Amino acid sequence: MSQAEATAAGTTATAASDASPVRKRIWTLGLFRSELVTTFRRWRTIALLAVLAGVPILVGIAVKIETSGGSPAAGGGGGGPAFIAQITNNGLFLVFTSLAATLPFFLPMAVGVIAGDAIAGEANAGTLRYLLVAPAGRTRLLLTKYATTMTFCLVATLVVAVTALATGALLFPLGDLVTISGTRIGFGEGLVRALLIALVVAASLVGIAALGLFVSTLTNSGIAAMATTVGLLITVQILDQIPQLHAIQPYLFSHHWLSFADLMREPVYWDDLLKNLGLQGLYAAVFGSAAWARFTAKDITA
Amino acid sequence: MEAPVPVPPLPHSTRTDGYDGSEMAASTAEESVIETRALTKRYGGDQLAVDGLDLTVPAASVFGFLGPNGSGKTTTIRMLMGLIEPTSGAASVLGRPMPRATRTVLPHVGALIEGPALYGLLSGRDNLIRYDSADPAADPRTRRTRVATALDRVGLTAAAGKKAKAYSLGMKQRLGLAAALLQPRRLLVLDEPTNGLDPQGMREIRSLVRELASDGTTVFLSSHLLDEIEQVCTHAAVMARGRLITQGPVAELAAGARGRLVVTTPDPGDAARVLKERGIADLTVTDDQVTGEPPGPGTDLAELNAALVTAGVRVRGFGLERASLEDAFVALTGEGFDVAG
Repeated sequence: MSQAEATAAGTTATAASDASPVRKRIWTLGLFRSELVTTFRRWRTIALLAVLAGVPILVGIAVKIETSGGSPAAGGGGGGPAFIAQITNNGLFLVFTSLAATLPFFLPMAVGVIAGDAIAGEANAGTLRYLLVAPAGRTRLLLTKYATTMTFCLVATLVVAVTALATGALLFPLGDLVTISGTRIGFGEGLVRALLIALVVAASLVGIAALGLFVSTLTNSGIAAMATTVGLLITVQILDQIPQLHAIQPYLFSHHWLSFADLMREPVYWDDLLKNLGLQGLYAAVFGSAAWARFTAKDITA
Repeated sequence: MEAPVPVPPLPHSTRTDGYDGSEMAASTAEESVIETRALTKRYGGDQLAVDGLDLTVPAASVFGFLGPNGSGKTTTIRMLMGLIEPTSGAASVLGRPMPRATRTVLPHVGALIEGPALYGLLSGRDNLIRYDSADPAADPRTRRTRVATALDRVGLTAAAGKKAKAYSLGMKQRLGLAAALLQPRRLLVLDEPTNGLDPQGMREIRSLVRELASDGTTVFLSSHLLDEIEQVCTHAAVMARGRLITQGPVAELAAGARGRLVVTTPDPGDAARVLKERGIADLTVTDDQVTGEPPGPGTDLAELNAALVTAGVRVRGFGLERASLEDAFVALTGEGFDVAG
């Protein structure tokens, strides 16, 4: 080897080692950002969000048409999602109604699709093997996927809440509101409650997100993983309706979902809310660990 | 067959990026880049995909990994890349055990495994950016530059902004190669890299492989195309039905099978007679060709030719046809190079 080569080699090595400490600090965000871009650029994601945005608009228009004759919607007092009777008095209630309408099915279904596709979709496309030899690291990739799914939970909930707020403001009057307990709170306070409720709803989806991610590590077919997750959601929702099964119902991830309405009490009734958050945390821990155990030991043959 | 030109390895400090440089440089300067001991993979109880593989890939070689489809090449590569856990045995890459050391080893390895896999909705450039951001050792500040260089290297600069789902198979293959070249690598693992490419593309890939090898990168090239291996590789290993049949320098492997003396002539009958008188064995006569075993060291080929001409045989062509790797393969296995059952 010539002298020139030796010098050049030495310089390259020095330059490279100067840069390496910086590298280790920024790595996590790079993959997470790339994951977010890839997820939110998919037509499927955009379509799911569009459907979710459509629900509050439809509910708002339906309530508007129903009450435009002059008679208040008091006739069907017991029917419809929570808070629907109050919408005509205050558009802000459309936020609560829409979240109550989408939480049992539309929101968790959308989350199930994204979570189910997370690993299985990459395996199906063959991109998983290239991410792993990059090397993304199995634990790091799984964490990134879970963080992205949770981001989707939050974005999906906010899409519903913000569209509902906009539709409500457009079609109905806004102003002070009356809580379930009968006390009156200002509009600003109401907005804060609405934001809190949106956050609690997003947190309610953490359980099914973990479940979907676990299912996603079991198969190489994105469609199968999505279908299984959504199927599990429907099954759990049905089991939760059968009175004879009351013994297991407190452990179903959807059991305390509608407790978010308790945030509209004065004072706030925390019992069920905390039970819900605890249960979601438990699901995240159990199925998150199961997904990790499965994914880190799995042979990647796709 | 030409003897392989030994490529002097560059000092390894040029190939590491400071990640854990000195240690790895020391361990691989003498040793092989890939080493497996009794590496075995059994699928579903009884099906042995890879059976007791002892593979040694010397540093700075272009190593051809040959075998029919289904012979266990891809399973071996997946075990080397830490994607599959071996049932038994051990593998080390760049002197570190796999799959345990994936985090330290793989940033130095570029890989193309079983064809390219891309995000159809992303452009070619964004695909590379995604793969690069998956590598914790890749510097995000140089990402765009490195992506542009890699695209240029495989001739995809013009199509970089197009969505990958609009790419042809050849373009996808090139993009897959570009992903393997995002960083200076010490080892490139290329599984069937010329699949789906047109002849021009194949030539380009071959010259790219030679260029990379001359920079000191070890290239591990799997293929079922014998002539492809013969054209670019210095070393080769042959697999069949999950077992390693042979490995070594290509020249030695081919030397194992003897070449043939070939005479092209319109008078094959006369030529065969003259050659037989001169002691050439195993003569085969076709329409305008006579082939036989090459003469022993005592016989000068020029004299043999002169004898033919003196006897009035009109000679169109005369020479030794060197043994190809395919001959070597047939000699080794006693069978053709067909898909294993």
